[in-house]
Amino acid sequence: MTQSESQIELLEPPPVGVVVEDKVAGVAGQSPTRLALGRFRKDRLSMIAFVVVAFYVVAAILAPILVKFDVIHPTALNPTLLNVDLGGVPNGAWGGMTWHHLLGLEPRTGTDLLSRLWYGMTFSLTIALTASVVAIVIGTVLGIISGFSGGIVDAVIGRMVDVTLSFPQTLMLLALSATGVALFAKILPGSQSDPLPNAVYEVLLLGLFGWPGIARLIRGQVLSIREREFVDAARLLGASRSRLYFKEILPNLWAPVLVQFTLIMPAYISAEAALGYLGVGIHVPTPTIGNILKDSVNYSQADFGYFFFPALLLAIIVVSFNLLGDGIGDALDPKADR
Amino acid sequence: MSISPSESHASEAPAEPKGGVVLGNPASKLDLSRPPILEVDNLQMYFPVRNSGLIRRTVGYVQAVDGVSFQVPAGGSLGLVGESGCGKSTTGRLITRLYKPTAGRIDFDGRNIANYSASQLMPLRREIQMIFQDPATSLNPRHTVGAIVGAPLLIHKVIPKKQVLNRVQELLEVVGLNPEHYNRYPHEFSGGQRQRIGIARALTLQPKLLVADEPVSALDVSIQAQVINLLQDLQREFDIAFLFIAHDLAIVRHFCPEIAVMYLGKIVEISDRETLYNRPNHPYTQALLSAVPDVKQAAIGGRRERIRLEGDVPSPVNPPSGCRFRTRCPIAKEICAKVEPPLLQIGKRHKVACHFAGELGNHPTAPITAGMLGVDDQGNHDPGASPSKDIGNSPGFSDFWFDLKTRTMAKS
Ligand SMILES: Nc1ncnc2c1ncn2[C@@H]1O[C@H](COP(=O)(O)OP(=O)(O)OP(=O)(O)O)[C@@H](O)[C@H]1O
Ligand code: SF4
Ligand SMILES: [Mg+2]
Repeated sequence: MTQSESQIELLEPPPVGVVVEDKVAGVAGQSPTRLALGRFRKDRLSMIAFVVVAFYVVAAILAPILVKFDVIHPTALNPTLLNVDLGGVPNGAWGGMTWHHLLGLEPRTGTDLLSRLWYGMTFSLTIALTASVVAIVIGTVLGIISGFSGGIVDAVIGRMVDVTLSFPQTLMLLALSATGVALFAKILPGSQSDPLPNAVYEVLLLGLFGWPGIARLIRGQVLSIREREFVDAARLLGASRSRLYFKEILPNLWAPVLVQFTLIMPAYISAEAALGYLGVGIHVPTPTIGNILKDSVNYSQADFGYFFFPALLLAIIVVSFNLLGDGIGDALDPKADR
Repeated sequence: MSISPSESHASEAPAEPKGGVVLGNPASKLDLSRPPILEVDNLQMYFPVRNSGLIRRTVGYVQAVDGVSFQVPAGGSLGLVGESGCGKSTTGRLITRLYKPTAGRIDFDGRNIANYSASQLMPLRREIQMIFQDPATSLNPRHTVGAIVGAPLLIHKVIPKKQVLNRVQELLEVVGLNPEHYNRYPHEFSGGQRQRIGIARALTLQPKLLVADEPVSALDVSIQAQVINLLQDLQREFDIAFLFIAHDLAIVRHFCPEIAVMYLGKIVEISDRETLYNRPNHPYTQALLSAVPDVKQAAIGGRRERIRLEGDVPSPVNPPSGCRFRTRCPIAKEICAKVEPPLLQIGKRHKVACHFAGELGNHPTAPITAGMLGVDDQGNHDPGASPSKDIGNSPGFSDFWFDLKTRTMAKS
């Protein structure tokens, strides 16, 4: 009880229906999203990361079209350009770098490395993207239910999270690889050599192991949102459960979901590379950054360019995605200091 | 009853000068002719306390509200005052049925809604609404003002979708906001404006009862008066009954002709405004009141000295035995730890729960309640005494009361 509160008796208010204290900040209809966008634009590093990521995505989308129109040739062999005496290493410096083959050639087959990398980005991105979507959707839905329901539902989902997190993920992926791929090959139409069963297997397992962290984070967010009075206000109006979930709570979760998405994407891009290195996922001749790297490691001395360019590409992609994720996180949460 | 800004302008606005010094509304008066729209009887809310182990057993209860009874007259207002954590919000949330009470009766308009199911409550949602304490969290930051104020109309399908915007704009005007701002977001408004948005939302369904949970505590002092005045105007215009929650007595004074003071889940004193402010009988009310600098008393030089309460409010998980206020009461005696004082009616519209009820500096030396409770002055069981049944704790006031001066029953 402070001194000032007593002043209430002395202050004389204006009558009803008269517009008062009409000083509104900003221009009309500035949604929180638009404000965040403004903050993001001012952050130079994030903008650079955004441009790189956008470039990468556009390139990945274009690749299949370029292959179709014969602009890039990820499977065309060039045996004449290889040095048979050195075990199939390309002739010339940096793995056979020429104006025709800007990043040189792949040893043993002589395919154009730029073409393979470019086309490989498409597969890597597709795998990372779908796995992220799987993880985000499962994680967000379970997180909302868990955080909002509490009680037994919360406890059950919490145990599911614990169990999933304690599974040796990579080991599982490796151990179940053969059976899993065979299974999907049977279920899905298409030939055995098709990359589809491999891709589906990889996506599902990555996604199924990726959701717990997201579910946990979303649950925490929901717990704090649930305590805010606007949820009570909606309840008090008799809002249905689905209205509470999807109209009141979910719009407040876009920020963390988006941030999680931009953080899990690079994780999955590098996971694809790592798994490719271990021989899980899509196999040659279909290129992915992972299986190119796996092959290139054998040549790290004999043909350094073949190893260097894929590794550099992977590093740039992962770093840019991470920077983008951080930038988005900062822009969406104005209170976080930078 | 219809919410229409043109009416409000016709009846109110032109009558009063715009700008400059506008005289405040007269204080709300008690209208005894109206029947209660809300009667709460022995309301209880115990929140279970669970341990944090693997198997979560209930290890105790937060006795947030413990046997509260009161009435709110139709179109009138009752103030509910007490320190932080005494159970005011919980009481409000029980009445709006955000919580289901552990025990007790909530009679709204003649129906006991204490155990209503969600579907039974649905039509009632239109009649009981709430204004929340913190305008920063009570509005969804991702919704426009139009969506917030229009939500009740959509949920209850009261009017066709096409007319929602119109109605929203009317409501914004009623609460003193620019109707053209319907597509702005809450963060674009000041605290006072946000609270007006919350008020508009509560008004949308034209409720009969509004629970205002500290509606101005989060606001600037200069804006508090404006908002209170708005509420008062709305109350008159739309005949809305208010349960007005506040944590100090200064805020409710103007608004509420009747006031209940709560301490640790119980009502310790309830009475009409004049009695409560001029002749409080409970030591706790006296302490609260001593913290309110009184303009009139200052003028006549009779300013009371501030009574400082020692210590903290005890935990509602483990409230003190006997009188819950005894750990901080300046006049507590032996009996206070042993026997709980009943909420005894000591005047026409005045009840107090204290063994030594009396005006400040004039507390009796012997407990006034010992006889009727069947104990001696130290609170030990007295085999010779004949305790009277059902003293206190029914809602409303009786025609008979215990007169403190004569120590006999009196009648109006
Ligand atoms: N959902 C809940 N679960 C457990 N305990 C609760 C819950 N809600 C309130 N309490 C407890 O009940 C007691 C009363 O809380 P309440 O919010 O009603 O107090 P209040 O009088 O409104 O205080 P304030 O002035 O701070 O708003 C407090 O001790 C609080 O910790
Ligand atoms: S009953 Fe005793 S402890 Fe309680 S308020 Fe009265 S004097 Fe104080
Ligand atoms: Mg409260």
